Amino acid sequence: MINVSKLKEGIVIDHIRAGHGYKIFQQLGLDKLDDVVVLMRNVDSTKMGHKDLIKIETHLDLNFDVLGLIDPDVTISYIKEGVRVNKIKLSPPEKVTGILTCKNPRCITNQEHIGDVTFYLVDPETNQYACEYCDVRTSL
Amino acid sequence: MLKDRNLIAPSDFSLEELDEVLSLAERIVQDPSAYAEACKGKILASLFYEPSTRTKFSFDAAMLRLGGSTLGFSDPNTSSTAKGETVADSARTVSQYADVIVVRHPKEGTAKLMSRYAECPVINAGDGGHHHPTQTLTDLLTMRHYKGGFDGLTVGVCGDLKFGRTIHSLVTCLARYQNVRFLFISPEELSMPAFVIEELRAKGVPFAETDDLEASISQLDVLYMSRVQRERFISEEEYLRLKDYFILTADKMALAKPDMIVMHPLPRVNEIATEVDKDPRAAYFAQVKFGMYVRMALIMKLLGIEEPQA
Repeated sequence: MINVSKLKEGIVIDHIRAGHGYKIFQQLGLDKLDDVVVLMRNVDSTKMGHKDLIKIETHLDLNFDVLGLIDPDVTISYIKEGVRVNKIKLSPPEKVTGILTCKNPRCITNQEHIGDVTFYLVDPETNQYACEYCDVRTSL
Repeated sequence: MLKDRNLIAPSDFSLEELDEVLSLAERIVQDPSAYAEACKGKILASLFYEPSTRTKFSFDAAMLRLGGSTLGFSDPNTSSTAKGETVADSARTVSQYADVIVVRHPKEGTAKLMSRYAECPVINAGDGGHHHPTQTLTDLLTMRHYKGGFDGLTVGVCGDLKFGRTIHSLVTCLARYQNVRFLFISPEELSMPAFVIEELRAKGVPFAETDDLEASISQLDVLYMSRVQRERFISEEEYLRLKDYFILTADKMALAKPDMIVMHPLPRVNEIATEVDKDPRAAYFAQVKFGMYVRMALIMKLLGIEEPQA
């Protein structure tokens, strides 16, 4: 069992579905931070069996849309002086812009390389989003 | 208010707005010459990035019959696209010349993209396998003209229901009206896709599925035939097996109601025998004309043209 010390200042992203931690790590660009960041994978969890967990030793603005897209069940805790001061439960965003790309090879966005494509949530169960241009469903 | 709006998908217009377009189209049908100068001085640009003679002719004829002018291309190799211009830039540029843009493109979503950048209304004349809303308007006007409305209609849709883009648009649009019932007639391999069936179920729209045209034709007020499209099949063998699955003949027409109408988006191949053409219930060539009239009405509405005074 690996032990990681308790965070005094920063953010804990908990209850990440096992296997999604690295995706969140990448999408939030945590590899570009100079601060201490810990990604723990396959941690034992009484609720989930196994889960992933990220601890960030700084305060930064997280992109909740990205988090909600990848795993809307995560919880985010803000820690100050060793105490949790705020806890946020996410839900999938109704729409996202500039994060997803359309997987439909026949979609014009793939020919014109449009960056700010908006996707609308069409199925919260499966976290499926539809491209505003071609309506084809996709997920992150 | 439809002035300065775009038409990208059939669902872009509310039922009231659809009624506005269809009612104007009906008035044009009654007296086309009264509208001969309605769009004098206006220019329609038709940008056809893939060939579609019928749709391009229909739009061009519509604008010319309104007294307007047209410009455009039907071969992208003769346009700036061949030099690498983006669709967005084409929209910006062409809208400096034209008052309304009509676009057909093989890529899905192109008309919507153009509407974001054009400084004039954009009409989608087909974006790949996605939408073709003016075909839906054509179908609605034809039905309304012959049947007086949509209330209480039993609409049979026959042929390739799996890949037929026009059919999906028509069914989902008609399902917005009250008291319309559907009968889907197709071989199992070409049956209506799940997304259409799910939408009908969610709205509580009555429908049934069958593969027997002969047994079901007597129930119908409208029979919408469609072509089995060779280009949709990977296997030539499968196409050959299904292409002549349904052929509407004079014998089958004898079983239908005396006021049933037969529609088809055209072109037809073998699915309607030529002997049916002389049956007064064959509405598919008149449908082409209604397509032009409804496009005339649409152009007038998007340009905010006042109706000529009688």
